[in-house]
Amino acid sequence: MSTEARKPPPQIALKIRRLLGGKAGWNGVAVQFAFAAILGWIGYEIVSNARANLENQHIAAGFGFLRNNAGFDVNQTLISYTGSDTFLRVFVVGLLNTLVVSVVGIVFATLIGFIVALCRLSPNWLLSRVGEIYVEIIRNLPLLFQILFWYLAVLAALPNPRQSISLLGLAFISNRGLVVPSPIGERGLEPFLAMLALGIVASLALRFYARRALFQEGRMIRIWPYVLGLLFGLPLATMLVFGPPFSFELPQLKGFNFAGGSRIIPEFVALTLALSTYTAAFIAEIVRAGILSVHKGQMEAGSSLGLSRGTTLRLIVVPQAMRVIVPPLTNQYLNLTKNSSLAVAIGYPDLVSVFAGTSLSQTGQAIEIIAMTMGIYLLISLLTSAIMSVYGWRVSRSLGA
Amino acid sequence: MSDIASSSFVRQDLLTERPAPVKTTGFVGLMRTRLFNSPTNILLTIVGALLLWFTIVPSVRFLLVDAVWSGKDRTACLTENAGFAVGACWPYIQAKLPQLIYGFYPEAERWRVNLTFVLAVVLLVPLLVPRLPAKGLNASLFFVAFPIVAFFLLHGGGIKGFGLSWTAGLLELFDESISGAGQALLSLSKTSAAGPLLWLVGSLIVLVGTAIHWLILPLIWLRDQIQGAGQSLWADFAVTAAVVCLIAFGLGGGLRTGWRALASSIAAFVAIAAVIKLMGLDRGGLPVVTTNLWGGLLVTLVVSVTGIVTSLPIGIALALGRRSTIPLIRIFSIAFIEFWRGVPLITVLFFATYMLPLFLPGNFTVDGLVRALIGIALFTGAYQAENVRGGLAAIPRGQGEAAAALGLSWWKTTSLIVLPQALRHVIPNLVNSFISLFKDTSLVSIVALFDLLGSLRASFSDPKWSTPSTAFTGFAFAGIIYFIFCFGMSRYSLFVEHRLNAHRRN
Repeated sequence: MSTEARKPPPQIALKIRRLLGGKAGWNGVAVQFAFAAILGWIGYEIVSNARANLENQHIAAGFGFLRNNAGFDVNQTLISYTGSDTFLRVFVVGLLNTLVVSVVGIVFATLIGFIVALCRLSPNWLLSRVGEIYVEIIRNLPLLFQILFWYLAVLAALPNPRQSISLLGLAFISNRGLVVPSPIGERGLEPFLAMLALGIVASLALRFYARRALFQEGRMIRIWPYVLGLLFGLPLATMLVFGPPFSFELPQLKGFNFAGGSRIIPEFVALTLALSTYTAAFIAEIVRAGILSVHKGQMEAGSSLGLSRGTTLRLIVVPQAMRVIVPPLTNQYLNLTKNSSLAVAIGYPDLVSVFAGTSLSQTGQAIEIIAMTMGIYLLISLLTSAIMSVYGWRVSRSLGA
Repeated sequence: MSDIASSSFVRQDLLTERPAPVKTTGFVGLMRTRLFNSPTNILLTIVGALLLWFTIVPSVRFLLVDAVWSGKDRTACLTENAGFAVGACWPYIQAKLPQLIYGFYPEAERWRVNLTFVLAVVLLVPLLVPRLPAKGLNASLFFVAFPIVAFFLLHGGGIKGFGLSWTAGLLELFDESISGAGQALLSLSKTSAAGPLLWLVGSLIVLVGTAIHWLILPLIWLRDQIQGAGQSLWADFAVTAAVVCLIAFGLGGGLRTGWRALASSIAAFVAIAAVIKLMGLDRGGLPVVTTNLWGGLLVTLVVSVTGIVTSLPIGIALALGRRSTIPLIRIFSIAFIEFWRGVPLITVLFFATYMLPLFLPGNFTVDGLVRALIGIALFTGAYQAENVRGGLAAIPRGQGEAAAALGLSWWKTTSLIVLPQALRHVIPNLVNSFISLFKDTSLVSIVALFDLLGSLRASFSDPKWSTPSTAFTGFAFAGIIYFIFCFGMSRYSLFVEHRLNAHRRN
């Protein structure tokens, strides 16, 4: 007499129920129907109201306005732009300005942030207090306050161009912004750039080869002299052969303003200063927390293996700290990018300022313009979080968890 | 005995005193161990001291030593009149102080603002001190009653109806909208390719609309009767109070256990009646002060307190939705949270200012301040949702399972077991969000509302006070105010965190 296990009852109904309604079962399905009905109703209300309101205000819905002429000027453009270009080009110009201020801000914020974090971690009591005061003051004041402070108080107090502060006769700071020498390409530019690119590619390849040799055969290859040679030697050699790659055009004071050189507008200076010092305070706290999160025993274990302090830091402490630091750090970079939209308060021509500000008031196409602006920021942050989740996946894989 | 004496050594004379150990505590110890113990450290100390010297000394000189303390207009703060390089121009702040605190709020009505501030402090302080009792009552007073009272205090105006007429009006609007949608679908079905399907859905919706119409008919009849009679507000109030008290009694367990619920709802309605009578809401209330006259610190505080009060329920609802197993609700919550967290606040404010009015019915205008408040509530709600979700994730599964084993429903498990613990866990995070919300309120100045920063910026353009140091003085004053609020909140958050982690300390 055999006692065979009974077949489990068919689970199809259960599975469907689970799929449709989650743990709540048929109740969940009902809740979903009610929820969908409410959402549908709200959506219907929004669409019908928007349609009626637009009709009343005689605004044509749609993205056709993007092909119209903008008819206003933008005081900082990375690509060529005149008032007779289209609104689509205004969008691109604004987006590029946003990206430029974000990238520059991120570089400075990271630099200042790491310096402040090192100050706070320093065994020197006074220096760590200085770092702490910096972080507390900066973090507890609104960013817009700081932007306006730099723009309306500090930069406005600078002298006019005729009495501008000269930095070695090369750059001039005045209330019209920062004037720096502008590079002009010469005959040697193309070979120089080509050799620079070649050097970078070759050094990357070398590093890849060296790591392979280290991990697979256990051979240590010292590559840094070759990398230095590739990165600096090759371009220098082309400079000797073809002459200097570019020369600098020095700014000259003519009348009431500067001629020559390139001008960095004061709005950009104020925005970059405020964004980088503000974000630096947060980055400093993140870096400090990351380094403190590595257990003291790791350092001790490193030195008991006979590694030097620098090597222990480089090979043991920093990689573990980076795992803690990188996700919130990217978050701060994203915050900085989003915060760059405060440019609208001081008139720096970023995406929000020229597109959601000037273009919106000229065309009245509120729905399309704000949707496009929000969409582009959303795209940036979703892309970043996608990259971060890939990073998190790789970290958890490398931990073998 | 003598053996021992001969073989062992016994010291006869006293040892010379060893020098005392190097002091490692106190100021001298600090200097020895953490400031001047090595050449690099001495160098770093000098660098730090120089940094402090070059920031603190000029600041103190500007704020106190070189400052001008009295005067009538800009001439007092000019270097040639004062006779020295002028620092802060404090008479400018004295002249602009009412504008920085109240905006253009009429001078005769400013006591209302002051009274609101006092009420807020009186209700908030006991809420923040953990040892004081009756947190539930206190919280409901601060989070529910205070905003309503503050609205009628600050804005003024009275009420014409109460719960009954509001419910009837809302249901009527809803019914109209549903019937309109059904009619639109029916008319669309005549031309569209998917005609029969649209016709079916449309007639179903029209049927629902008609059903709702018949259901709410008695309510509307009652409302019309009440409004026809004199003293409509009080009649409406009495009916609403009776209905709500009965419902509370029934839900509380009827004759068996419902008495407590009945008593507390009666007490609540008596309190509401007292407030209505006291503020004269039935007779038109206080004179109306429209929000475009509000400004300064008042707007900053109104925006931040409203943001705090409204974002928390939104955040809790979204966090629960995101953890729900019901697919549609979870997907909606995730999309909603990620959308608002992915865009900058300033675009949200632009959305609220320019796009939101288009989404509302044409005859329905929303005040500029309220629009900004809606945007901020949605934005902060999404951030609070992530905070609350962190707290929910920190509660062990066993808590929910134990509640389920006791036979509690999902709602009871969540509201009685899981949420109270989760919220306690995340108080520090919530307070940190409130700090960033408080700082972010300064952004409303971009959409033409005059908060503290906006009023400050507006005051710079007054030619009566334009001196080289005006801007610096103004920023110093506003900065001190912002710093006091934010720093206070962050210290409080640290204090709560310390208390919550008491069991982990050793």
